[in-house]
Amino acid sequence: MAGNAVGLGNFLRFPVQAIQNGGGAFIIPYLISFVLLGMPLLWIEWSMGRFGGTKRNHSTPFILDSMTHRPFWKYFGVFGIFTNIAVAAYYCYIESWTMSYVYHSVIQTFSGMDQNQVAAFFGNYVDIYSSTSGIPFEAVFFYILCLLLNTWILSKGLSGGVEKTAKIGMPLLILFGIFLAVRGITLGDSSAPAGCTDCDASLGLNFLWEPQYSALTDPKVWLAAAGQIFFTLSLGMGTIQCYASYVKRKDDIALNAMSAGWMNEFVEVVLGASIVIPIAVGYLGLDWVKNNAGFAMAFQTMPFLFGQWGAFMGTLSSVAWFGLLFFAGITSSLAMGTPWMGFMEDEFKWSRNKSAWSFGLITLVMGLPTVIFFENGVFDEYDYWAGTVSLVVFALAETIIFSWIYGIDKGWEELHYGADIRVPGFFKPVIKYVTPLLLLFVFTGALFTPKNNDWKTALQGNWELDPSSIVGKITHKGIKWNRSWFSDGFESEASGTVLKVQNSTDTKWTEIQIGKPGIENEEAVVLKTFRLKNVQEVLVKAGDVVLEGQILAHGDFINPRFYLDGARILLSLLFIGLAVLVYSATVRRTKLSN
Amino acid sequence: MSVTAFILMVLVQGTVTILTGYFFWRVLRTPPKAEPDSYENEL
Repeated sequence: MAGNAVGLGNFLRFPVQAIQNGGGAFIIPYLISFVLLGMPLLWIEWSMGRFGGTKRNHSTPFILDSMTHRPFWKYFGVFGIFTNIAVAAYYCYIESWTMSYVYHSVIQTFSGMDQNQVAAFFGNYVDIYSSTSGIPFEAVFFYILCLLLNTWILSKGLSGGVEKTAKIGMPLLILFGIFLAVRGITLGDSSAPAGCTDCDASLGLNFLWEPQYSALTDPKVWLAAAGQIFFTLSLGMGTIQCYASYVKRKDDIALNAMSAGWMNEFVEVVLGASIVIPIAVGYLGLDWVKNNAGFAMAFQTMPFLFGQWGAFMGTLSSVAWFGLLFFAGITSSLAMGTPWMGFMEDEFKWSRNKSAWSFGLITLVMGLPTVIFFENGVFDEYDYWAGTVSLVVFALAETIIFSWIYGIDKGWEELHYGADIRVPGFFKPVIKYVTPLLLLFVFTGALFTPKNNDWKTALQGNWELDPSSIVGKITHKGIKWNRSWFSDGFESEASGTVLKVQNSTDTKWTEIQIGKPGIENEEAVVLKTFRLKNVQEVLVKAGDVVLEGQILAHGDFINPRFYLDGARILLSLLFIGLAVLVYSATVRRTKLSN
Repeated sequence: MSVTAFILMVLVQGTVTILTGYFFWRVLRTPPKAEPDSYENEL
C-alpha cells in the first residue's frame, strides 16, 4: 500500500499546492488535515474495504450498499470508480513526462542547457505541435506509450510483480530522495545566477515553513490542504477500499494503515518539501517559483541541477530520479485501474483482459484532452474537480456512512478485528464528530467562499462569491471577458499599455503584451500576455493604451471557457455513464437473486 | 531562513520521521498470522 500511496503527488503535487496556497499558510492546515482527516479516513477506508470483501464486494458502489442497504449511497459509491479513471487520465500524463525525461536524459538532451533553456524545454515538450526529439506529437506519443504499459500490466495481472519490484524501487527512491533533500536544504544561494537577487534555497524553505496563522480561517487553503492529503494518501478515491476488500478477514488493517500513511508523509513532508521548492528557488528565484508553480516545476529545474554534476553523474542521476519517479507513479496509476476492473469483473463477469483494456480505452478518451489541451487548462480542471473536490465529497460521504449509518461502535469493532495495534480511544469521537464536521466545514466553506475570503463582511449580509469558490468556479466568476466559447473579437482582460505585439516565426500565433511601461531605469511590468491563434487583424500596436474589454484583435478565437466547459462535460459524462452501469449491475443482481 | 520557520521545519520533519520509523518497526516485528485464514469460513 505504501507503494500505491507514495507517488508523484509527494514530489510534484505537494510543492505546487504549498506554493499556490501561500507556503507557510498551507503547512499548518495540511498537518492538521493529516491528523484529523487523513488518519481517521485511512482507518475508515481500510475497514470499509475489508468489510465489503467479506460480502464479496470489491467496488465502492456495492461496498457502500452492503453497509447502508440504501440505493442513494450506492450511487454515491460511483465516485469511487469515477475519481480513479478521471485522475488516472491526467496522472498518466505526468507519468509519461517522467518516462520521456528518462529518454531525454539518456540521449543527453539537457547537456549544455542553461536553467532558462531547461525550463523552456518543458514548454516546448507540452506544446504537442512541436517536437523536442523528432518524434511527431511527442507528448501524445509518450502518453499513449505510458497508458499502454499500464494497461498491459493490468491485463497480464502483473501488478503483483510490479509491487514486488517496488520493494526494491521504493527504498532506492527514498535513498535518492534523502540525498536530494540534503542538497536542497544545503543549497543556499551557492547556485544563484548572476543578477538573481532572490535565488536562494533558504528563501524557499522559509516560504514553506514560516507559519501564517491567518490562513487557518481560509477555507480555500483548507480545501487545498485536505485535497492534497486525500490525493497523496489515495483517500476519497475508492482505491483503498478496493485493495482492502481482498485483505483476509483476520489480517491487521489498523497498523498497516498507519505504517503506509506515515511512510507516505515521510516521503512528502520530509523529502518532498526539501527537494523541488528549495532547488527551484535556488536556481530560478522565489518570484519565478511563485509565478510558475505547477506539476512541471520539477521538470523545469531538476535536469539543470543534475547537469551541474558532470556528464556521467548528471545522466546517471537524471535517469535514476525520473526513472524512480516513473516507478513511484506507475504503482499508483496501476492501483487506479483496480476499482474499475474489480467492478466489471464482479458485476458483469468480464475477464481481466477485457476489463483492463476497457479501462485503458476509457482513460485514453478521457486523458487525450488533458494532453492536447494541456495549455488551455483542461489538465488543471481535471485536477480541481476529480483530484480535489470529488475526493472531499466522497470522503465526507464515507465518514457519514461509517460513523452514523453503519455505526461508530460496529465500525470501531471492525477496525480492531485482527488488529496489531489498539487505535487510541481519542480517535473514536474524532471519527464520529470531528472528521465529518471538518470535512463539512471545508466543503461548504470552499463552496461559498466570499470575495477575498472576507467572512466578516459576508456574514454582515454582503456575501459576494469569490471566483475561487466552487460556485464561483462553476459560474466562471473569474472570467470577466471573452466569456463565450467562440468569438471573432478578442477582448483585453487588463487595462494598460500595449508593450509588445509580436507574431511567431511560423505566424501560427500572435503575442500581445499589456502592462505598465518602464520609466527611465525601471523595467516594464507585464500585466497580461495573450498568445492568440487564428488572428486575422490586430487592432492595437505597441504604445497604445487599452482598457479592459476593448477588442484587441479580430479572428476566429476559441476562448478558455470552451476548454474548461469541455473538461467538465467530459467528467460529467463519465460520472453519468458509470452511474448507468451501477444501475444495470443492480438490475442484474436482482435478476440473479430471483 | 527565520528561526520560527526553522523550528517548525525541524519539529515537523523530526516528528514525522520518528513516527514513520516507529510504525515501520511495529510492522516488521509483528509475527505473521497463522494460516489457513479464510474469511469465507466465517460468512
